[in-house]
Amino acid sequence: MVSYINLLLFFCIVLLFAVGTLILAKLIRYQDPNFDPIKIQPYECGEDPVGDAWIRFSISFYLIALIFVLFDVEVAFLFPWILSLSKLGLLAFIEMLIFLSILFLGWLYAFKKGDLRWERQ
Amino acid sequence: MTSTENIAQGIILLGAILLIVTYLTWLERKFAARLQSRIGPYWVGRPHGWLQPIADALKLLIKEDITPSKSDRFLFNLAPVWVVVTSLLGFAFLPLTASWVLVNIDLGLLYFSAIGSLIVIGIFIAGWASNNKYALISALRAAAQVVAYEVPLLLSLLVPAVFAGSLDFQDIIRAQDGHWFILFPVVGQISFLTFLLAALAEGNRIPFDLSEAESELVAGFNVEYSGMKFAYFYLAEYVHLLAASLLVSILFLGGPLGPFFSGGVWVAIKTLLVFLGVLWIRWSFLRVRIDQLMMLNWKVLTPLTLVNLLLAGLWVSLNG
Repeated sequence: MVSYINLLLFFCIVLLFAVGTLILAKLIRYQDPNFDPIKIQPYECGEDPVGDAWIRFSISFYLIALIFVLFDVEVAFLFPWILSLSKLGLLAFIEMLIFLSILFLGWLYAFKKGDLRWERQ
Repeated sequence: MTSTENIAQGIILLGAILLIVTYLTWLERKFAARLQSRIGPYWVGRPHGWLQPIADALKLLIKEDITPSKSDRFLFNLAPVWVVVTSLLGFAFLPLTASWVLVNIDLGLLYFSAIGSLIVIGIFIAGWASNNKYALISALRAAAQVVAYEVPLLLSLLVPAVFAGSLDFQDIIRAQDGHWFILFPVVGQISFLTFLLAALAEGNRIPFDLSEAESELVAGFNVEYSGMKFAYFYLAEYVHLLAASLLVSILFLGGPLGPFFSGGVWVAIKTLLVFLGVLWIRWSFLRVRIDQLMMLNWKVLTPLTLVNLLLAGLWVSLNG
């Protein structure tokens, strides 16, 4: 329990440093007296920006996130397995092998369907 | 340990990391210059520009700060603080000598990997809040890349934990007494290399720095940032890289263990060597395309690390 309080204290120190330095920078930095509003335009290589940047984006990114969730849950199952492997021996290994084989079938299915390919029509 | 003592240790740790990272930027510039037959920073603090990083920090501190007109102001200011805090927090769990660690818990590896993957949220907030097209594309790429490489990263990082049978960094170091995990036949080398590759992708380093691709995205998610907020992204990148190098030296290279004596000096030497190796990669290779990046991850690294972890598990369940 003491360790977690230590972690909280370190978090506070780091947060204090991060926010404090920003405030310090705000106090001592250069402020332009004759401020031109064109300066705070979104950067688009010098042109006036066309439209908004908050738009819909490619579905590929969602698929990556979905596959990631699948594998990450599997890794979460691996953590307790690792800690008890030397005590449980070969049985635990075979059980994990069966679990991962089922997962591997899912990976193979995604591979066959072409969901792991980045370029698509 | 009293809490006053702990606060003092935390402040010292923070100061040490900041100082080391500041001089790592200098080291990188000098190293890159040598690789390209240049001299690098020289005039600010002669000889060899040893005051250059301090001058850079001061310049960024007093530089004019610009918040773009269309941005989401709250998120725009939150993002730099988020990346700095999450990247620095990981250091709390890493043992710097054989016995000293700021936060001593038996799930260090789990906590470290959990906090290490929070940084990408800050990067995504930065790209989204800027309301800039380059920044948005870069943020999407960074999120997809980091999320995808999280899988091989975790799977290769678990191999030392399997051998040690523990998620405690101290136990992992103790288990390497006599033989470092990188020397373990085949399994050790594969997990070392895949971890290094995945860590490069996680840190957005060349050859996987697609989110910062200067030639197409100008600078990526931090294109709208200036002054101290820009410095925070730069700082977070180097802190992350330092943490990755430190993690490699602890998990695979035996940490404080070494010939002749053991202690923090060995950690420093090994971390520095890994860091220089990463820099060497940066100045030697080209950037990959995003489809190559994703293919490497899903079709090569993920199955390879999975099989590798199973091999390690088989060895432990037969011999442990």
